Amino acid sequence: MISFDTHPDRYNHWRLSFDGPVATLTLDVAEDKGLVPGYKLKLNSYDLGVDIELHDALNRIRFEHPEVKAVVLTSGKSRMFCSGANIYMLGTSSHAWKVNFCKFTNETRNGIEDSSADSGLRFLAALNGTTAGGGYELALACDEIALVDDRSSTVSLPEVPLLGVLPGTGGLTRLIDKRKVRRDLADVFCTTAEGVRAERAREWKLVDHSWKPQQFAEAVKARALELAAKSDRPGGAGVKLDDLGANRLIGVNIDKAARTATLTVKGPDAIKPERSADWYPLRLARELDRAILDLRHNHLDVGLWLLKTQGGIDAVLQMDEILESNKSDWFVRETLGYLRRTLSRLDVSSRSMFAVIEPGSCFAGTLMELALAADRSYMLDAENGPQIALSRLNMGTYPMANGLSRIENRFCGDVPDVPTGKAIGAKQASELGLVTAAPDDIDWEDEVRIAIEERVSLSPDALTGMEASLRFAGPETMLTRVFGRLTAWQNWIFIRPNAIGEQGALKVYGTGAKPKFNWERV
Amino acid sequence: MSGINYSEKIPNNVHLDSDRTLQRALEHWQPHFLQWWHEMGPTDFESADVYLRTAISVDAQGWAHYGAVHMPEYRWGIFLADPVPERKIGFGDAMGQPVWQQVPGEYRSTLRRLIVTQGDTEPASVEQQRMLGHACPSLYDLRNLFQVNVEEGRHLWAMVYLLHAYFGRDGREEAEELLARHSGDADKPRILTTFNEPMRDWLSFFCFTYFTDRDGKYQLKSFAESAFDPLSRTCRFMLTEEAHHMFVGETGISRVVKRTLEVMKELGTDDPARIRAHGAIDLPTLQRYLNYWCSSSLDLFGSEISSNSAQNFASGMKGRPDETQYEDHVLRDKTLKLVMPDGEQEVPVLNALNEVMRESYLKDCEIGLKRWNRQIERAGHALRLSLPSSRFRRSIGPWAGLPVDPQGRLIEKSLYEKNLGSWIPSAADQAFIQSLMRKVIEPGKMAAWIAPPERGINSLPVEYEYVKLH
Repeated sequence: MISFDTHPDRYNHWRLSFDGPVATLTLDVAEDKGLVPGYKLKLNSYDLGVDIELHDALNRIRFEHPEVKAVVLTSGKSRMFCSGANIYMLGTSSHAWKVNFCKFTNETRNGIEDSSADSGLRFLAALNGTTAGGGYELALACDEIALVDDRSSTVSLPEVPLLGVLPGTGGLTRLIDKRKVRRDLADVFCTTAEGVRAERAREWKLVDHSWKPQQFAEAVKARALELAAKSDRPGGAGVKLDDLGANRLIGVNIDKAARTATLTVKGPDAIKPERSADWYPLRLARELDRAILDLRHNHLDVGLWLLKTQGGIDAVLQMDEILESNKSDWFVRETLGYLRRTLSRLDVSSRSMFAVIEPGSCFAGTLMELALAADRSYMLDAENGPQIALSRLNMGTYPMANGLSRIENRFCGDVPDVPTGKAIGAKQASELGLVTAAPDDIDWEDEVRIAIEERVSLSPDALTGMEASLRFAGPETMLTRVFGRLTAWQNWIFIRPNAIGEQGALKVYGTGAKPKFNWERV
Repeated sequence: MSGINYSEKIPNNVHLDSDRTLQRALEHWQPHFLQWWHEMGPTDFESADVYLRTAISVDAQGWAHYGAVHMPEYRWGIFLADPVPERKIGFGDAMGQPVWQQVPGEYRSTLRRLIVTQGDTEPASVEQQRMLGHACPSLYDLRNLFQVNVEEGRHLWAMVYLLHAYFGRDGREEAEELLARHSGDADKPRILTTFNEPMRDWLSFFCFTYFTDRDGKYQLKSFAESAFDPLSRTCRFMLTEEAHHMFVGETGISRVVKRTLEVMKELGTDDPARIRAHGAIDLPTLQRYLNYWCSSSLDLFGSEISSNSAQNFASGMKGRPDETQYEDHVLRDKTLKLVMPDGEQEVPVLNALNEVMRESYLKDCEIGLKRWNRQIERAGHALRLSLPSSRFRRSIGPWAGLPVDPQGRLIEKSLYEKNLGSWIPSAADQAFIQSLMRKVIEPGKMAAWIAPPERGINSLPVEYEYVKLH
């Protein structure tokens, strides 16, 4: 069982330090502390365990340190920033492990950009040595990249020439999309195993700054302070993210035989604005985050998640009003960010999701996002039956990777006139297209049961592909390209013999043997 | 630089006068090299006439041509050993196939890195040694220092030739970088850590040429096996010169031992304080210098378990020194037991080739030790000089940073820290050695801490004025 709970006191690989408005995250990987046995994390390479700590550290900065305005990512090793994902870990991992690992690391990097766009945090990658593969992809997620100019250190994406796979954590996409590197130069860069030194890296827009070793620390500090000056984070006391402990808001019930998991989210009581890790919206985000990750990583064959809620619609709508009217407060803003990133995890989870809207449920506002994220929703149509509601938060506070709210996405941009702040019964919900089906109490049980049984009988691969295609309507963005194009290609390459066959590039890496490729282009 | 007579200025056997690619590259690089030599080489001795050996061809007459020259006018040449007809790859997965006369595209990056890393050490050592001339123990030694320096310079040329001739624009850029990085420069250091330490005294110089240049010999020997034929031929020729550097180290230390034994006999004591007071270097201090330089050279072979070593060997890029002495040249599915801090571990031999090389290097290092110990034995003393364990004071590999004593035993950290000063030169040792470093430039005269050599250079007497300082 992989656990996603950690705390700075227990980090093996990162050091988190604070100096006024600048936080520094120092990567200093402990070789022998890999998450699973069988490989050593040499040269500041990472595995899932390293990234779980990064994910945690970022949340600590967001919530516990409102005084932090800029974050520096650097390395504690000499002349080596990070050599990327550990290749032996990838070589010995199952397909599912690799995919889950890449997805999580992708989400963590997207989270960096999310905090830059919406939380006023600026990120500076201070590459104090050689930076390869995933190390450079981590840098690409930052606002600015500085590379030490010691005439030796390079940035590189050597995945294609060395490993026969892709820089799949956003690397290819961010090169041309975010950093606007010309595509032919990007082509040269991505096939040059040894990478590019500081001067050319700047010329090609692969990095923003290059500083000599003796100026480096000072220049990083100065630039971090400049970036900090652009931030609107207010300072003051933070909110400690206490250990989450057992779930209080989310019940996860796994039916192994049926291969389903039922997630039941308890709605809020009447809430007031407060600053605490136990504040309902924040606790919801944290518990939901953990539940999704746990199901993804530890329950691979549970292919259908049934999403349920329990509670009162009014309390949720009231919570959303509080969130909406306080959204300029840093803590509320961070909480909304956490919810936004967590809901985004649902969109890219390779599981079928059905929302089951029963009496006593509270699919309203923020919690309605669960139903909107689901592939289908079933709502009981009965007297005194369940109601749903929308709030202003459904209209753009929780955008998906394509930049659209789930409502816009659902209606392919052509949103009907849907009321906010009002309870909507099954008939109206069905008419408005807010739910998939609204069976009456006579049909309900059979209809839902059959839908579930049918769903879990279908090919899991085909479903993953189908759902990933249907879930995102509308425009492509950098993030949809990362998930939909880069990741899909990477996952295809990950199962091809050219990468993972006995003679595949990933398998033979480090043995000295030459990979044997099937030269047919497919 | 146009209109230059290349074969006159740059002795070579690579048809430089008809090779436009090379000409274009060198026209640009050569002035930079001279500038580098002027700024980073033994600058204060530019006007001296130095009795140097110059290679003007690869045959028996040509490779050792002696005469007095100003070092900046030294004719750094480009020489490859004669080709072996029908040469086949001698090891690895492509064994038996014809060797490569051009760089195979798939190995471009790795070959370039190997050549650059090797090439980077050559000018680095010149930079490290640039101040030593001011403290030479004799003109004979001063000349040897400069001979080593100009040959390291030529070895740089050899690597630059490969970069220029076979790696296109990238190669030209890397050749420039070889001149741009400088030993000990915090902003643009040399690639390998050992080559960024300044060399402050001649005892260190002798140890360096004995231990560190011997690593160089091992690297060159393994490149001499390479399937990339131009690299193989280049390194084969470089080895003839590298032998002299080790000769300087071995005889240098041997002369130190000889002098110390004379003083011990004269004073009738082995008390280090009294030997020191007499201006000679006591044997325990020498042992600490051996420990220091041997252990820092061991890191140059890389980590005990290495994916690079496997790729370099299996692909044919880099063999083992004297590959023919082995029976199995492919090593697929062969394993080796390595002693790791947490017990024995069985690893594929291909991944353990650094360790194989390191062990064979240590054996080679023993040869000098035997000779010096024979001197000590003949003088009737019980002390024996020895090499430290390959696990002692490592900075790379699984033993890096662990408290290991010179015998290779893992010990308590506190004990290690307490004793380290008695295993490698202490600050006091270094200060003492430094105090001996006085320039002796009267022909035939030696500093008090070193005995004269048994014979001079090229059949000339020891008293010959090998360097005319003006």
